Amino acid sequence: MARDSQAALVALNRFGFGARGGASGDLINAASDPRGFVKAELVRASGVLLEAPGLQSTQQLGQAVFAYQDQVRQAREAAKAAAPAETPSPAPTEQKPGLRRNLSLNAAATEVAGQMTETKPADNAAKPAPQPLNVIQKTFRTEALARLQRATLATCGFTERLVAFWSNHFCISATKGELARIWAGVFEREAIRPHVLGRFADMLKAVEQHPAMLFFLDNQQSLGPDSRAGQNRKRGLNENLAREIMELHTLGVGGGYTQEDVTSLARIITGWTFAGRQGQLGTPGSFVFNTNAHQPGAQMLLGKSYEATGLAQGEAALADIARHPSTANFIATKFVRHFVADDPPPGLVARLRELFVKTDGDLKALAAGLVDSDEAWTAPLTKMRSPYDFLVASGRLLARVPEDPGAYLNNLNLLGQPLWSPAGPNGFPDTSAAWAAPEGMKLRLDIAAQMGARLGPNIDPLDLLEFAAADAASIETRRTIERAESRQQALALLLMSPEMQRR
Amino acid sequence: MVDCVENRLLTSRRGLLLGGASFAAWAYLPKFARAADGRDPRLLVVILRGALDGLSTVAPIGDPDYAGLHGSIALAADGAHPAIMLDSFFALHPAMPEFARMYRDKHAAVIHAVATPYRDRSHFDGQDVLESGYAGPGRVQSGWLNRALEALPRGERVSSALAVGPTTPLVLRGSAPTVGWAPVALPQADDDTAMRLVDLYRHRDPALAMALSQGLQLDKVASGDDMKPKPGNAMVQMRQVARGAAKLMAADDGPRIAALAFDGWDTHANEGGPVGRLAFLLGGLDGALAEFQSGLGERWRDTVVIVATEFGRTARINGTDGTDHGTGTIALLAGGAVKGGRVISDWPGLKLANLYEARDLKPTTDLRSVIKGVLQGQFGLSDRVLAETVFPDSAGVRPMKGLVV
Repeated sequence: MARDSQAALVALNRFGFGARGGASGDLINAASDPRGFVKAELVRASGVLLEAPGLQSTQQLGQAVFAYQDQVRQAREAAKAAAPAETPSPAPTEQKPGLRRNLSLNAAATEVAGQMTETKPADNAAKPAPQPLNVIQKTFRTEALARLQRATLATCGFTERLVAFWSNHFCISATKGELARIWAGVFEREAIRPHVLGRFADMLKAVEQHPAMLFFLDNQQSLGPDSRAGQNRKRGLNENLAREIMELHTLGVGGGYTQEDVTSLARIITGWTFAGRQGQLGTPGSFVFNTNAHQPGAQMLLGKSYEATGLAQGEAALADIARHPSTANFIATKFVRHFVADDPPPGLVARLRELFVKTDGDLKALAAGLVDSDEAWTAPLTKMRSPYDFLVASGRLLARVPEDPGAYLNNLNLLGQPLWSPAGPNGFPDTSAAWAAPEGMKLRLDIAAQMGARLGPNIDPLDLLEFAAADAASIETRRTIERAESRQQALALLLMSPEMQRR
Repeated sequence: MVDCVENRLLTSRRGLLLGGASFAAWAYLPKFARAADGRDPRLLVVILRGALDGLSTVAPIGDPDYAGLHGSIALAADGAHPAIMLDSFFALHPAMPEFARMYRDKHAAVIHAVATPYRDRSHFDGQDVLESGYAGPGRVQSGWLNRALEALPRGERVSSALAVGPTTPLVLRGSAPTVGWAPVALPQADDDTAMRLVDLYRHRDPALAMALSQGLQLDKVASGDDMKPKPGNAMVQMRQVARGAAKLMAADDGPRIAALAFDGWDTHANEGGPVGRLAFLLGGLDGALAEFQSGLGERWRDTVVIVATEFGRTARINGTDGTDHGTGTIALLAGGAVKGGRVISDWPGLKLANLYEARDLKPTTDLRSVIKGVLQGQFGLSDRVLAETVFPDSAGVRPMKGLVV
């Protein structure tokens, strides 16, 4: 039985988001057929798609941003046009509190609140009433909530982990600007999710043609020097997207491309942009190929000539890059590093690389190949859960389906993994060292202690340990939880235990 | 999680208090005022989680076996940090001068060799028994204080009770209405929790042990010497919580009954004697009692504070200068309504033969009789209600007489 629980732990933690608390019986189900438990989610490709009330398309959201920006501009101009008359602010009608002791509870509560906030200047509640959220913030939260709820409720969470993997591989950052922020969620829903169990080449094309990526890596500004637009204006080529496609999305550093290839690919994808607010090129906020900006002529890329076929020139180039041997190697290595070990077992990488080549980048086959491997089940659970994984796993174990993403978003910021906002186009790091840093561990403990204080009184910590790890839990972890001085403390310790932190 | 940022919760709890809507309901808050003498009694229950070492808090210095059993952490009436003599036999920990002052003013009392009916050694079960008021650990989701509240005459004489802290302690959970309040400061994990986790990591995951230790050290350096009152440390937090609770209870229309919990009393190692870890915590508790007194102002006169813990600790210290889970311990009463200046105890003695299971101070007083005595003295609850509703099946445990003025 111990062996089965160990395999169940691998199924749930290495491949998924951990066991759910409540009466789900995830660990028991996973123990009876660990591989089948993980792969069950691969069967229903439609299960990867995310639809929820309030989620809108890229075009709708693009137009919402444009409308919002217009509104802000008009408001600003109207304010400027109105005479800058000094409107004297009314003198605050301050009442002197506390002249009489025991005045009323209301006064006491106000006073107590004031007293407490003095010691904590960062307290949000002390600030004036918060501004209502604008459409960008609202959208971001709606998208975040939909993703969090899906992850919390998933049976195993393997496909959601795959979504997060590919979303981080092809990352954009919501910090780039208003368009990136409002598109961060829909980018994942439209460009990543439909292809997570499909073909790599299709995902690559969807990603590189998505307005969010074109905006994030500046391709909408890139003009072919010899294109009509390039000759009319002084602007020219921007290599940003082309470089990251080869360095980060496909071939990898050292994958056999040169600076000349970067420039060439940049020329090939000139004109890949999205329609702006005026909609001259198409529906505002939709992907368009702007012939006027596209560099004319054939281009040499990675030793092959691509004829001047407009949009098709770039699509053909991407299709070839997607099946380049370096891409197979780069993807297989990163995939195994993410799911199995910081130092990926070379044999497994080699087999997945061959699988990738043989199936022409079938990502479902790649995922299944990983689950079928022995290495994935025998490698020790030494990977550190990322902050996102840790928070989701905790929410699942505590059987708390989020109704508001605020707490998650705050904690992700605190722990250094702000949602959809990595520092650079290489995404968040994927090695244990990055997430087991001293300050990060201290903050994780503080967050776990908060959860313990809030939810601990209502749970039996030993029941929860059964849900989380059963007899795969170490003796030391079990004893530490048994001996905690309160349920609150026991819960904090459980959430911080190696069984919950490592995967 | 999911609501894992405590700030939001606390803010919303405070919002509840400050929001106005709740005040409409509170405006006609009744008083338990006793017609006879015009008193407006208040009761505050403080739970010390982790099992307080009663023999280190109120030391039986007159018992010839105490010093030997408690060894390096035993208190003494002399030396650099002398214990404060309460009578010729018992001495109070030197970290509690405020309680000593209350005791001298006859506004504080100690009940020694006390325990709930629980006789095993699990914190979780011990706390269940202490707070639920049932004789054994179970899954009862209501506490004796809530049921006492519910048993008070309805209508104008019923009021909401105040739960202080991020959650309502079990003792106050139940069908009678409660309101919550907590300071908004972002809570940090306490040292005890951190220590336990580092210990677990040392055995199971050395890399995490090193990372967490370094993180904690950075934090320590940033916040300074941990044993002094500093913003955010446990000592200051206890005072802060007490100050807020007292302010709310002091209001004319404020809650008359409140409960809160302080953590960190599970001193298995390096417990310390007159100075050290336990001393630090006792200093925090002492400060909290002082805050209750000053914050309640005029109302202190009508107040009883009960300080109780789930069980005691072993009479003999263990191999790491701490104590393990035991049985008999103390309860403290403080407040102007306490008939104080006394250590109430049927002292069992600390000879090996007199110890419970040859390990622990033998309990000679049932904690329920103390609590019953206070509830009866403050609110006039009948023997029958106390025996059937508040502490079910406890008819044999008589309310202790004469605890309240």
